[in-house]
Amino acid sequence: MIDTNLEKLQSQQYKYGFQTNIEAETFPKGLSEHIVLKISEKKNDPEFLKEFRLNAYKQFQKMQNPHWSNVHFPEIDFQDIIYYSAPKKKEAKQNLDEVDPEILRTYEKLGIPITEQKRLEGIAVDAIFDSVSVANTHKKALLEIGVIFCSISEAIREYPELIKKYLGTVVPHSDNYYSALNGAVFSDGTFIYIPPNTRCPIELSTNFRINTEGSGQFERTLIVCDSNSYVSYLEGCTAPAFDTNQLHAAVVELIAMDNAEIKYSTVQNWYAGDENGKGGIFNFVTKRGKCLGNNSKISWTQVETGSAVTWKYPSCILQGDNSVGEFFSVALTNNLQQADTGTKMIHIGKNTKSTIVSKGISAGKSENTYRGLVKILPSATNAKNYTQCDSMLIGAKSMANTTPYIEVGNNSSSVEHEASTSKISEDQLFYLQQRGISTEDAISTIISGFCKDVFKELPGEFAAEANQLMSLKLENSVG
Amino acid sequence: MTETIISIKNLHAHIDEDGKPREILKGLNLEIKAGEVHAIMGPNGSGKSTLSKVLAGHPDYEVTEGSIEFHGKNLLELEPDARANSGLFLAFQYPVEIPGVNNLSFLRMSYNSKQKYLGKEEMDPLDFDDFIEEKINILKMNTSFLDRNLNEGFSGGEKKKNEILQMLVLNPSLAILDETDSGLDIDALRIVADGINTYKSSKNAVLLITHYQRLLDYVQPDFVHVLAGGVIQQTGDKNLALELEKSGYAVSK
Repeated sequence: MIDTNLEKLQSQQYKYGFQTNIEAETFPKGLSEHIVLKISEKKNDPEFLKEFRLNAYKQFQKMQNPHWSNVHFPEIDFQDIIYYSAPKKKEAKQNLDEVDPEILRTYEKLGIPITEQKRLEGIAVDAIFDSVSVANTHKKALLEIGVIFCSISEAIREYPELIKKYLGTVVPHSDNYYSALNGAVFSDGTFIYIPPNTRCPIELSTNFRINTEGSGQFERTLIVCDSNSYVSYLEGCTAPAFDTNQLHAAVVELIAMDNAEIKYSTVQNWYAGDENGKGGIFNFVTKRGKCLGNNSKISWTQVETGSAVTWKYPSCILQGDNSVGEFFSVALTNNLQQADTGTKMIHIGKNTKSTIVSKGISAGKSENTYRGLVKILPSATNAKNYTQCDSMLIGAKSMANTTPYIEVGNNSSSVEHEASTSKISEDQLFYLQQRGISTEDAISTIISGFCKDVFKELPGEFAAEANQLMSLKLENSVG
Repeated sequence: MTETIISIKNLHAHIDEDGKPREILKGLNLEIKAGEVHAIMGPNGSGKSTLSKVLAGHPDYEVTEGSIEFHGKNLLELEPDARANSGLFLAFQYPVEIPGVNNLSFLRMSYNSKQKYLGKEEMDPLDFDDFIEEKINILKMNTSFLDRNLNEGFSGGEKKKNEILQMLVLNPSLAILDETDSGLDIDALRIVADGINTYKSSKNAVLLITHYQRLLDYVQPDFVHVLAGGVIQQTGDKNLALELEKSGYAVSK
């Protein structure tokens, strides 16, 4: 009977579904070499980057949209997408007084103050609005200790050597269909460089906002953490509620040198479409980190709650000896959302270690798949992996799948895999209700307990925020 | 006049079994007044646990006839959480594990849900720490108990003690204890009985569902009922329990 109540579960109205009315410079729809060149021209690309784009575009034309995942969506018409849309006025501002007040208001509404007076203390923000970075806080103070935190457009102009050296080295164009597309048309993103022996004193973050209907967002993030350094970075994503699907195809590359550590956290709350599955973001993202140096560490934490379709596998290439890769994930799907997400841990160096903790929650008629690869190459002697995949079903019409792939190339390594699927049980709910706790609070209590191992990896107050977000997403009309 | 806490009249309830209703309670009557301890005994499958779940509002059971008044109000109109917040407590026979949910936070959330429902001020975490320490000492439990996840990996005895701890925290007007004594060793049984005796007052009431006389050595019942075939077959004082222990349920036939 509680099941029937649970079927009534509906996502609360999406809080970030508003659109900002702003004059934008928008390219015509469609994808062609001409558009790629126009983006390149718009961005004042140096020659090497223009070539980077053209190569990517050539690659893209040779490839096919892959169909191996558990997600189903109508064929994407790449000629029906706007590849560049930017608020009129120039790009990333040194002085925030130049930023359109309408945009400042948008970020205030999103709860991300970006003005100097109001900026958050312990966290620096790069704000990406459609195709461009519109603001970037704390930049100057960070530069004083050698930390570069800026939009990738600015980095291409100011630090071309670093970009040339690292861009595309972790995720090459040829990696997949959407990474090739991204290579051709990416228009902005975030660049971070942490110099040797530096612990970045504050959290660095990017807020991604899609605003224009019909436009795609193709951003590129590159984080390089040099020897003996540390950085914690987090990203948040929101979009207006449109009836049509929108494509978000990002590429994220992380590089960690000797003894370096990168902690990368995502709270993804793109518009998920309505309860009938109309609209919503296609979130097809390639995220990969390379533990290049010995004793380096890359840790991914993701809380995926939005998007109509999520298709992503933040991965680690454990090349340096003793390097460590971690993946902590909560993926929540409701209504008709679909998620096929997980990770790849590629062990190359000796004594490399990886940990995977994945929690999938499916409500409504949604479908949630964990897909993961643990690959231990012959060179990775004494490698260790631990994987834990738990799925929770809410109601009788949702689905959860777990698809682990394990390849072990030597006999000194160990791989552990644990998996469980549970239903949010009537007995658990009744137990909490009998203690005076309302159905809604009972559900969110059970869910946050289920996700605890992942939420505790999120920096500071974001754990609480993630908890709240989960409750909001499952909030219902029961009671 | 002593207040009537709960008054159950001609209660019929069924459960769905493979799509077909099976009636378990078939016209049960019971009245419990403030200050009283009632024990319900009876053979397996007679409907004892069903009665406790129906009172608490478990969604698997449907009441088809009869009435239940709780403090003069229609209990059947209330959702399970509202019943709990109005003062009805059920110590479960098999308390469920809820992974990842901290025991202490859960206890505070539960306590504050009731406060909120009654329009009273919620207790902050620091005051609650003092409050809970006093309760936990009564049950001779270690405070590390509070840092664990709700019932997760608890032994049978620990789960039962945790139920009694919740009862002490929530201080209900009616505590229904469904086979709380089952699976307890003699030391744990004494501690649980101490907890019940601490809680018991002239303002509240206890309904003990049990198979064994031994708990009743520690918690003296005012009434002992035999539940069989979905109705109360016989009512007596504590000597009835002793008699049943000796000769089985045959005497009540």
